[in-house]
Amino acid sequence: MRSLFISSVVAAIALAPVNLRAQDFTITIKNHRFTPAEIKVPANKRVQLTVVNDDPTPEEFESREMKVEKVIPGKSKGVVRIGPLQPGRYPFFGEFNEATAKGVVIAE
Amino acid sequence: MLGALIIVFREVLEAGLIIGIVMATTRGVVGRGRWVNVGIIGGVLGAGIVAMFANVISEAFQGAGQELFNASVLGAAVVMLMWHNAWMARHGREIADEMRRVGAAVSEGAKPLTALAIVVGLAVLREGSEVVLFLYGIMASGTSVSSTLAGGVLGIAAGAVFTALTYYGLLAIPNRYVFSVTSWLIALLAAGMAAQAVHFLNNAGFLVMLDRTVWDTSWLLSEGSIPGRLFHALIGYTERPTEMQLLVYIATLFAMLLLMRLARYSPPSRFPAAAE
Repeated sequence: MRSLFISSVVAAIALAPVNLRAQDFTITIKNHRFTPAEIKVPANKRVQLTVVNDDPTPEEFESREMKVEKVIPGKSKGVVRIGPLQPGRYPFFGEFNEATAKGVVIAE
Repeated sequence: MLGALIIVFREVLEAGLIIGIVMATTRGVVGRGRWVNVGIIGGVLGAGIVAMFANVISEAFQGAGQELFNASVLGAAVVMLMWHNAWMARHGREIADEMRRVGAAVSEGAKPLTALAIVVGLAVLREGSEVVLFLYGIMASGTSVSSTLAGGVLGIAAGAVFTALTYYGLLAIPNRYVFSVTSWLIALLAAGMAAQAVHFLNNAGFLVMLDRTVWDTSWLLSEGSIPGRLFHALIGYTERPTEMQLLVYIATLFAMLLLMRLARYSPPSRFPAAAE
């Protein structure tokens, strides 16, 4: 069983270089808010969002429209890979602080 | 408080459902309570450890550690569920016969119980680590701690009630159907988990082929709603599946059915010694 894991991880790593050069955008979480709250990305491309959490508390970056759900620990950062997106608006939010942590990705 | 209750309940729902199904599957097997408890306790401890190392996991593999971790956990659970169903396909009839004969609990080999304990542990681990992080965040931020914590505890309690409902709901199924019903439930559960693992691999930047969305039924049943979560956990419902997810879902179902067939056909079971 263990060898199955190892071989699947190896296979996954072998497939990895496909998108090493994805364009990167940074979003910062501070006081349970996203900055920028609106971010423009190219449509029909895989892009990568680096979510920097400046708060001491963890946050969950979530968007059903972009199919992302990722915990970003406090004082840490996480990489979220999205796309290719059709042109349009894709809202996201922080599940642990949904009242204030809101934003939108605009693909164009 | 209500917000915390809903968030925690949403997270524990899936684990609760899995525990309910596992309990129903192992009805009448001696010592199953112990194994389920071992799974739950192991899962909770694991969730704490995962939450503690959330930073390390998150930043491993160029920021894809969390996705890879989730995908591996799901993959391991799928393997365990397959093993269990194959085992049940081979021995299910004997167990059922024996249950009918002695009328009550039967002692079975520990094999499928270990597999199911691991499935329970992995489910609790995956969902639990988010609950731990969420509750930790509340305690660290120090605002309205007690009411939010109360909400969190109530959310876990609601999850336990839901587990009981699943369990007793499945117990209502007549004895002679229960094996096929639970086998199907477990097959769908495994297919859903495999599709979700694919999704995590895609998010990690691995396995990015066939990533076109096949349909969008978010208007019909949102994955964010409680019924949506339920269907997601139960049959792997996804509001926007990719081609790869659909493919893997179907492939897992086929693999599971094939495996159960193979397990059932070999040896014709007239020779007790050959069954092992």
